[in-house]
Amino acid sequence: MAEVIRASLLIFDGLLALTLVGVAWQLLFGQGLFRSVLLFIALGLLLSLTWVRLGAPDVALAEAAIGAGVTGALLLVTLGRLRRMATGHARDRGKGS
Amino acid sequence: MNPRPLSLLSGGLSALLALLLVSALWDTPVHEGVSASVAGAMGHTGVAHPVTAVLLDFRAYDTLLEMAVVLLAVLATWSLGRCDTLPARPVQGPVMRGGLRHLIPLAVLTGGYLIWAGGAGSGGAFQGGAVLAASGVMWVLAWPRRPDLPAPLGLRVGVTLGVAVFLAIGVAGLPLGPGFMGYPPGWSYGLILTVETAAACSIALSLVLLFLGGRPWRDAEDG
Repeated sequence: MAEVIRASLLIFDGLLALTLVGVAWQLLFGQGLFRSVLLFIALGLLLSLTWVRLGAPDVALAEAAIGAGVTGALLLVTLGRLRRMATGHARDRGKGS
Repeated sequence: MNPRPLSLLSGGLSALLALLLVSALWDTPVHEGVSASVAGAMGHTGVAHPVTAVLLDFRAYDTLLEMAVVLLAVLATWSLGRCDTLPARPVQGPVMRGGLRHLIPLAVLTGGYLIWAGGAGSGGAFQGGAVLAASGVMWVLAWPRRPDLPAPLGLRVGVTLGVAVFLAIGVAGLPLGPGFMGYPPGWSYGLILTVETAAACSIALSLVLLFLGGRPWRDAEDG
């Protein structure tokens, strides 16, 4: 029984590692910034799972909360602002300073 | 050589290097690092969790600098200009606001628990602060027209609170005996919890203000 659990955990770890690399590749070379930001959030969550598997729950918590959550929200709001600046609908454009 | 074989060659060489690195790292023995010395020093600190002991006692100076980085990021963002209303198109309908009325208290409870749990297990100021910040961000998204932010002075006090409390306790160690960034014996649990609570409040406020992305007050209000 212990052998089965060990083997399935090894398979899970391998799949996790492959998924991490695959998501990172898609994030960097895929089309569209919005898609990249969403993949970045997914990468953060997968990375947090990886930290759990490595036995570091503290780092996993920080990665999920700050790496995926807050950084993801910051990237999304930056993307929205960039779009508004590009289309010229920025409300505060020009009176920022 | 045209680019295609060149990229194939560099790709092949990189793969070979990666393979060599993996094979070199495969058989490395498990290195204990500093866990033995941390475990030996756990008797000198008031918290039961080694990670918290390292972050807020043995290497407290590093954590103070990390918090100063967050503070600097907020100040840099404020220097860029005024924030605009967020989001451009507010979420319509009662579902998000109704849901948030239940979610935000739960998030505050979870964040508070994470701060408190840092003394004995996984958790701490950054994690708890980030959960609190997430509820703040949702608040801003749901009620963008009236973010109900405190006055500029209150915001400034809020974002510096963590660094200020940490530094005050750290400097107080100088005349009291344990030295800079040290805690008097027997006081360390209470002081660490105080520092963590102040730090988490500052971090949460800082992250929400970073999300707003600019000074949330008009220039005329600046006093």
